[in-house]
Amino acid sequence: MSYEIIGISVLWIFLYGYLIVASIDFGAGFFAFYAKITKQDHVVNQLIARYLSPVWEVTNVFFVFFFVGIVGFFPESAYYYGSALLVPGSIAIILLAIRGSFYAFENYGSKQSTVYTFLYGATGLLIPASLSVALTMSEGGFITEENGVVSLQYLKLFTSPLSWSIVALAIVSVLFISATFLSFYAARAQDEPALKLVRHFALFWSTPSIIAALTTFIFLSQHNPGHYENMLDLWWMLGLSVGFFMIASWLLYMGKYYGIAFVSIMLQYFFAFFGYGIGHYPYILDPLISIHEGATHESMGIALIIAFIGGLLLLVPSLILLMKLFLFNADYVKGKK
Amino acid sequence: MELDTVLISRLLTAMTLGFHIIFATLGVGVPLMISAAEFIGIKRKDPHYRLLARRWTRGFIISVAVGVVTGTAIGLQLSLVWPNFMQMAGNVISLPLFMEVFAFFFEAIFLGIYLYTWDRFKNEYIHWLFSLPIIIGGGFSAVFITIVNAFMNTPDGFEVENGAFAAVNPIGAMLNPATPTKVFHVLSTAYLTCAAILAAITAFLILKKKATDYYKKALKLTLALTFVFGVLTVITGDTSAKFLAAHQPEKLAAAEWHFETEEGADLILFGWLNDAHETIGEIRIPKFLSFLAHGDFNAEVTGLEETPEEMWPPLWVHYMFDLMVTIGFVLPAIALLYFILKKMKNRQEHNKGMLSLIALSGPLALAAIEFGWIYAEEGRQPWIIRGYMTVEEAATSSPYIGLMFILFLALYILLGTLFVITLRKIFRDNPAEEELEKHYPSVKKGDES
Ligand code: HDD
Ligand code: HEM
Ligand code: HEM
Repeated sequence: MSYEIIGISVLWIFLYGYLIVASIDFGAGFFAFYAKITKQDHVVNQLIARYLSPVWEVTNVFFVFFFVGIVGFFPESAYYYGSALLVPGSIAIILLAIRGSFYAFENYGSKQSTVYTFLYGATGLLIPASLSVALTMSEGGFITEENGVVSLQYLKLFTSPLSWSIVALAIVSVLFISATFLSFYAARAQDEPALKLVRHFALFWSTPSIIAALTTFIFLSQHNPGHYENMLDLWWMLGLSVGFFMIASWLLYMGKYYGIAFVSIMLQYFFAFFGYGIGHYPYILDPLISIHEGATHESMGIALIIAFIGGLLLLVPSLILLMKLFLFNADYVKGKK
Repeated sequence: MELDTVLISRLLTAMTLGFHIIFATLGVGVPLMISAAEFIGIKRKDPHYRLLARRWTRGFIISVAVGVVTGTAIGLQLSLVWPNFMQMAGNVISLPLFMEVFAFFFEAIFLGIYLYTWDRFKNEYIHWLFSLPIIIGGGFSAVFITIVNAFMNTPDGFEVENGAFAAVNPIGAMLNPATPTKVFHVLSTAYLTCAAILAAITAFLILKKKATDYYKKALKLTLALTFVFGVLTVITGDTSAKFLAAHQPEKLAAAEWHFETEEGADLILFGWLNDAHETIGEIRIPKFLSFLAHGDFNAEVTGLEETPEEMWPPLWVHYMFDLMVTIGFVLPAIALLYFILKKMKNRQEHNKGMLSLIALSGPLALAAIEFGWIYAEEGRQPWIIRGYMTVEEAATSSPYIGLMFILFLALYILLGTLFVITLRKIFRDNPAEEELEKHYPSVKKGDES
């Protein structure tokens, strides 16, 4: 395998990791807010805080990893994406900044404040929406380059059905993934009232998530037929994704095996995300940057891969320790520690 | 119009970095202070020190949050605001940036563990052990990002073909000539600054309340560290100057208003320049510039005349340099004075004057960090990658940059204000005296002396 393929695979895996952990975080923010305005916060917010407090910074690093990695392996992408995304990128930064810092201000600092909770909930939905612009842009046709000036075609972006369907898919997925995880966490904590509420959220968001996925797929076929065809060739991945969706929904509906339900959802998104990503090959930005032409020098690519392996050797044991102490430690989850 | 975008890009970057660097410095240095306090507390079975570690951690976590979000901002802004720079330099310097992420990752994981496991282990040293990866993670983030900055000053580890970097040697790029001195100076100043800030907060609280044992111990510990790292900073600063003399002479010359190459050059402190480039009202220390640059009072120091005038860094960096160096000598001197007073018979170390001086040292240290970075960055002008790409060539061409500047300015004002409010609230709602009783009821109350 060439180093640029390894590079993009690693990055895609990390982006997938961010998709999962960030969805849990973003969705949890929204549910916390929703519970508060419907006066159910005493039921779930303790549970949400116990999971989120130790891990929110880790979630953020997944994202940093992805964007540092992509400009490292594919410096060309810094030029096009960087130039075109100044505005949506800056908005995403500001939202992320508000979210992260307000979380800390509220949780470690002062007492509960509805303003903080509102911002925390709202940013949880706005951030996926603003980040999804990068995904839409990668389909091509939204940027122009004239006299060395790269610019984003805002009008085209805002009137494109593809871009709005991706936004909808992002938001709905966030809520669905998050609710399923919280069901699993509540079940572990044997917190029946909370479980009842979050399971209800999960069931509620399951159908919209699959509808949004299909809609996006249809609009993609109109916007970028090549990508669509490639994805159809990977029909078995999409099939597996739908299959896991059905397993998860069934388990949630039965109210059993929440752990397996959550793993199924992870697999559902895994196959969809990789089917989408592999179908995108060989472009990072259709048709301006391809993986092979946009890659960094071989010596740098190999150095990055070596650094990556070294980093994993350090991180994996630490992450396991973190999960052991907080996620899989029944006493901690139940709030006894 | 063209130049305006560049100017705003520079201001935006300067603003973001100037803000991030405050929290980044705290992120590098404070874990060391926390770890030291907890270790002493466990070893001497002294609840005061352990409470100190707990309370510092509580403030620290708030500053980490702001550090993380502003760091994420600057990381993305590098591509958003300087797309041409990242496209070109990314080929050579992405390795340390990538490694920096692993350092954060490591730090973030153990910070989560450290925060939520205070009373979870029977053996108290286990909890203390979790502070070490935080120190290492924070320290290495600083090392790797400083390496990136060093590369921009003395690029190395590649060849140039058709205007692009080729034959890249990533390790060579990391070990460029600026790396050793810069890394050590940045680390020693981060530790110095955090020690000084914590000492200053303690002194301030003693001034407001009274000198209980708890505060006295905190003051002694933080001032001892201020002194040690203060001396270390003078040493690493001196080696930084020697590095400049050898590899980036125009930066040192601009800081010293040293126009003509000469032997036995004088050190110029403060003063101002007239139109003919003559200094007025300065303090002159004979031959000391030669000593600073080469460790020899008669050595030859390269002057600005050897650089074409349009490539000169702005000459006002002189003040930045002088202020930084002055503070560099003042900080360890304040700490030393405290220990001298302490050694004297009548024990005057907690008098108002002394405490006020200490309370001043925290803000001074932070100011020195800012002066130092402004000097280092402005002193590289007009280059972004010295000798290869100017700041002007690197900037974005987007017309929206001005609007973004305003948005980020508002964001930083908001974050800064809430940061201060939150910190004050945490510590006011929860005074040390009460907390001591709550966590360690065995300590008898009337412990002030
Ligand atoms: C508490 C902060 C602090 C203090 C007291 C000092 N410095 Fe400093 N200095 C820094 C904080 C700093 C810094 C913020 O860390 C810089 C900015 C860029 C860098 O590499 O470190 C820096 C840069 C810097 C440079 C430029 C290096 C370069 O651009 O490559 C020199 C020559 C010195 N320092 C020299 C000194 C001397 C001789 C000091 C005297 C005692 C001193 N510094 C005290
Ligand atoms: C171009 C300059 C810089 C960039 C691109 C940058 C990038 C970042 C990023 C992305 C983060 C957030 C990481 C996370 O999600 O946990 C961060 C935080 C941090 N940065 Fe920076 N940084 C820069 C300058 C510096 C400098 C000069 C230092 C140290 C001297 C530093 C030290 C830290 C530390 C210790 C943190 C962890 C947060 C904390 O503990 O407060 N950074 N930085
Ligand atoms: C790695 C990529 C970096 C880039 C692209 C970069 C670029 C720049 C640019 C263009 C400026 C504006 C200079 C001017 O005013 O003309 C600036 C300022 C500044 N940079 Fe860097 N820099 C980098 C690394 C760092 C690092 C690692 C630090 C450490 C914190 C740093 C600290 C600063 C500070 C404090 C300023 C403000 C100086 C001022 O007020 O003028 N920079 N940087």
